[in-house]
Amino acid sequence: MSDISYVSDQQIPPSPPPPNTTGPIKWLKDNLFSGPVNSVLSIVSIGFILFLIYDLAPWFIDSSWAPAEMSLKGCRAEASGACFAVINERFYQFIFGFYPSELYWRPTLAFLLMIVAIWPVLFDRAPKQLIWHTMVYPLLAYWLIWGGSIWGPLLVLAGPLIGYLIASKAERLFAAIVGDDFAPLVTLIVAVLAVILWFIFAVAPLDGVISAILPLGIMPVETNDMGGFMLSLIIGVVGITASLPIGIALALGRQSKLFLVRVLSVGFIECMRGVPLITLLFVASTLLNYFMPPGTNFDIVLRVCIMVTLFSSAYMAEVIRGGIAALPRGQYEAADAMGLTYWQSMQLIILPQALKISIPNIVSSFIGLFKDTTLVIVIGLLDPLGLSTAIRADADWNGIVWELYGFIALFFFIFCFGMSRYAAHLEEKLKTDHR
Amino acid sequence: MTNAMEDHMPEGHEPDISKMKVSDEIAIEIRNMNKWYGDFHVLRDINLTVNRGERIVICGPSGSGKSTMIRCINRLEEHQKGDIIVDGIELNSDLKNLDKVRAEVGMCFQHFNLFPHLTILENCTLAPIWVRKTPKKEADETAMHFLEKVKIPEQANKYPGQLSGGQQQRVAIARSLCMKPRIMLFDEPTSALDPEMIKEVLDTMISLAEEGMTMLCVTHEMGFARKVANRVIFMDAGQIVEQNEPEEFFQNPKSERTQLFLSQILGH
Repeated sequence: MSDISYVSDQQIPPSPPPPNTTGPIKWLKDNLFSGPVNSVLSIVSIGFILFLIYDLAPWFIDSSWAPAEMSLKGCRAEASGACFAVINERFYQFIFGFYPSELYWRPTLAFLLMIVAIWPVLFDRAPKQLIWHTMVYPLLAYWLIWGGSIWGPLLVLAGPLIGYLIASKAERLFAAIVGDDFAPLVTLIVAVLAVILWFIFAVAPLDGVISAILPLGIMPVETNDMGGFMLSLIIGVVGITASLPIGIALALGRQSKLFLVRVLSVGFIECMRGVPLITLLFVASTLLNYFMPPGTNFDIVLRVCIMVTLFSSAYMAEVIRGGIAALPRGQYEAADAMGLTYWQSMQLIILPQALKISIPNIVSSFIGLFKDTTLVIVIGLLDPLGLSTAIRADADWNGIVWELYGFIALFFFIFCFGMSRYAAHLEEKLKTDHR
Repeated sequence: MTNAMEDHMPEGHEPDISKMKVSDEIAIEIRNMNKWYGDFHVLRDINLTVNRGERIVICGPSGSGKSTMIRCINRLEEHQKGDIIVDGIELNSDLKNLDKVRAEVGMCFQHFNLFPHLTILENCTLAPIWVRKTPKKEADETAMHFLEKVKIPEQANKYPGQLSGGQQQRVAIARSLCMKPRIMLFDEPTSALDPEMIKEVLDTMISLAEEGMTMLCVTHEMGFARKVANRVIFMDAGQIVEQNEPEEFFQNPKSERTQLFLSQILGH
């Protein structure tokens, strides 16, 4: 029998890898030509890509941007390829719809301010104070786009301030009336009620009174004049930013130990998910006014925004619930064992992890929602698709298809791809598990 | 002492911890506690009084209810009958009492349950900052103090996923200690670890015991029990079957069930 005893008498030092195991040749060999089947597939794929380029390139190269006669006929007279003249001519209409052209600066400014408002939310490096701009931005944007008296938005803004003042200053007063134990709860209820009552009964009359005394505002613009990508962006951005917090609340509600909260959440989620978005849009355009106090004529775009938000928050709730369910039971137990309250453990432990897990699905929902904004065409709003139908009905551009839809597709692609890239960046940044 | 578990024990802990003095003050009192999972009677008439400074090891076959029992002490599990009084506070559905108890009772889990999205330091400072309202700077200092004590201050800014199991469990112990608890519960703290790591965790627990911490520890580390515990409790089928000083318990088990259990875990 041979001797099986062996002793390693030295530590082997690290050495560089042998040649040809790194570098571009190695990459090609690994990724494209690793075997006969893969080599054939690679060559076929490359051939297909070349064929596409060969076919499409002339259409792009031999295109006309500004023919002498601005019509499809004018295009065809000058070039055999694409007729981008239609985009050239209708560019502003595609972006703003029928918004008065001398007021284009207002939505443009709102868009630029939106970028500033989103910045501190998306990136850590942004200056902290900008968050104040973000909080005021919704009203600012509303005022810029819809125009009208400045007092309305300011009075709306006063609502939360009143609520905050009551919540922070009046607790001692209530403590004297109902006792220390119930003071925080009573204060909260009073504050919320005050804000709601303020919105319903005080804003509109006060707006009228102050505007009569001191008319200060910019020219109002009718909702019917809004359209194009602006409309898609308004509905999409409102839907996205509002559906996330509502979705979180619904997801937590669905997991709640309180029976009524749970039943209401489940009921809301199932009802909203069980109905096509188009139905909800019809509800927005026709039925919703019945639920409003008589006399209020609620703007159609705002109504659509509300419906789209509610619809997508139901989906968001389910996506986030999935993330919450994926967390091991031990995370809750550890949080509980430390003495964290329910809200603390949700805010500090559960939601940060659950949201991180859900990022891909949340972004899918966002992208879906953004593209679904084109459905508003069915209730007669002129989103980009609605505009393209109108443009094609024009005798000058009758018969044009690819250029219009390609342009619209490009617009949606840029925004959706941007969201997808940001999500990838966020996932990378939040990666702490080092698997 | 010829069993394999002895290998994990550090050398030279000569002043025998298991003989250390115990105060008369009562830390935990459990009276006629019963618990059911649905119809299944998991804990039956548990009676246990723990004095301050006691180090109790609880052992028993799996499914005997030992984990459930110590999880009842900070109400991760609810009992349905009987009383549990921790630090003079009775555990009932009153949430204010519950948070008070949980802040005083530290707990270490079998799977550590560190928060993977927070750094080691943030894991340790979270509860002091949010529950005890300690200023962040002070919480950081306390956390570093305890991380040094469990001998991993250099890992403070890493994430749990970057640490070995033993290191994670020591962080979990430090995290509990940052709340300055008066009682520590350990739920099988070493059963998910490699032998090499078991020792480092047990060392940490021994040094805690030396400082007089009240400890309840569910574990199968019989060497640890012999060395550190002043009382060993054997549970089976939801009942406390036998409890005794470690020496008596191991040399001279009274009940047949205990004898069988000990022969099985010490036999190889």
